[in-house]
Amino acid sequence: MSDTLLEIRNLRVSFPTLQGGRVEVVKGLTFGLGRERLGIVGESGSGKSMTGRAILRLIRPPGRVTADRMDFQGKDLRSLDESAMRAVRGAGIAMVMQDPKYSLNPVMTVGEQISEALETHERIGRRDVRRPVLEMLEAVRIDDPVRVAKLYPHEVSGGMGQRVMIAMMLIPRPAVLIADEPTSALDVSVQAQVLDIIDDLVRSHGMGLIFISHDLDLVAGYCDRILVMNRGEIVEECAAGRLSEATHPYTRGLLAAVPRLDEVRDELPVMDRRAGAPA
Amino acid sequence: MSALSIRGLSVSYGETTVTHDVSFDVAEGESFALVGESGSGKSTVLRAVAGLARDWTGEIVAFGEPRTRRIEASFARRCQMVFQDPYGSLHPRKTIDAILAEPFAIHGIGDTDRRIVQALEAVGLDPRFRFRFPHQLSGGQRQRVAIARALVLEPRLLLLDEPTSALDVSVQAEILNLLKRLRREQGLTYVLVTHSLPVVSFLADRLAVMRQGRVVETATVEQLRDDTFRDPYSRELRRLSQPHAR
Repeated sequence: MSDTLLEIRNLRVSFPTLQGGRVEVVKGLTFGLGRERLGIVGESGSGKSMTGRAILRLIRPPGRVTADRMDFQGKDLRSLDESAMRAVRGAGIAMVMQDPKYSLNPVMTVGEQISEALETHERIGRRDVRRPVLEMLEAVRIDDPVRVAKLYPHEVSGGMGQRVMIAMMLIPRPAVLIADEPTSALDVSVQAQVLDIIDDLVRSHGMGLIFISHDLDLVAGYCDRILVMNRGEIVEECAAGRLSEATHPYTRGLLAAVPRLDEVRDELPVMDRRAGAPA
Repeated sequence: MSALSIRGLSVSYGETTVTHDVSFDVAEGESFALVGESGSGKSTVLRAVAGLARDWTGEIVAFGEPRTRRIEASFARRCQMVFQDPYGSLHPRKTIDAILAEPFAIHGIGDTDRRIVQALEAVGLDPRFRFRFPHQLSGGQRQRVAIARALVLEPRLLLLDEPTSALDVSVQAEILNLLKRLRREQGLTYVLVTHSLPVVSFLADRLAVMRQGRVVETATVEQLRDDTFRDPYSRELRRLSQPHAR
């Protein structure tokens, strides 16, 4: 398995409670990631986003992350100091978050932000940075990169903002991309474009993708393999194409609860969530 | 009589006109959906009906009476709105009880206690939630409170602006079921704004597809289910809403 990019074993994330105990939001997750597209699906509170953040060591105290193993390309992420970790973030593992409105810097132009991403990770002169930035904007299918590079985030649409985010994340050529609900803030028509771009770049760069989403259909359409999470645990793992054959009651419940385009059911089946503690 | 009749509605925000010549009719007891992408003007139409956007030309007639641009108590009694974000639409420092009592105070209606208990029951909320604050409730529970607040005045027309898009799929299913049941039980008329065609398929009888401030097509939900839209943009929107559409 020389092609394994990420190896996670028994990952646990916990936070303190007011009562003085700790609540585990990720409970012993084990999975590996190769040069493939892995989907992590679950509802809010399932721990799917915490998993992504824990891998990048973005969970701050009093949150606590433990794992028996957390290797990225053979490097033990747990043992890296902050500066080594900063080198991994962005250049090794990059992350695209949900809403470009909040994750782009409002006082820097699009071009400056993408340049900064490259300059942080590579020794590159101010003058040489312009060409790769414009090429990257083109790669995320922005028609007029020279004009767009000069715009501020508030001057671009949501879909374009998300493409800028992707450009910024992929320009240092990371080996793994974690996309946490990358299209939830976007319209369906733009959603497909953005996902196609991610898909294209991930394949052509031979990257590994972790696609975190609550949308089962979307994940099934864009991934090779799916992990279904519920209350901090993986309840089911299956090939994306076989999602409809999922057997776990939670997965089946999720699938059934989604209305269809040709919906004729009088009532949608709902899950018994009384056992779970709502947030 | 139509519950809602809209003729040549153009709504402006300042200099910008965001909807152009929008017309449609909603029969009493019908569930009608406005669909389209962000910026298509679908929410703006709803806001004009509710009285939240006041700079418009055209005609809005609800239950035979033309809508003025003022806030009218009599209109509010017949028409209420439920907003998208249950985290933003409930006052954070008021208990559920106070939130539900407010419409009664505004309209000078007594018997508040009984009516609140009844409203909570209608939306499937346990009475123990009555004296809690919004932050102590989950998203789905909050949306139930927002629906209860809209229903306490016993309106006949309910405006729903993306009522489930901030919710998880399993919670969405509960709220959609609730809305369907309430409409059946109380004979309500719905005007629903959503970007989700599957939600339309479940909850609506007819729909209007909007694009860039105009209605491009008005169709039945059967046309949505059978994929027989006439307009190319509507068909494209439907195609993109399909699972694995690529």
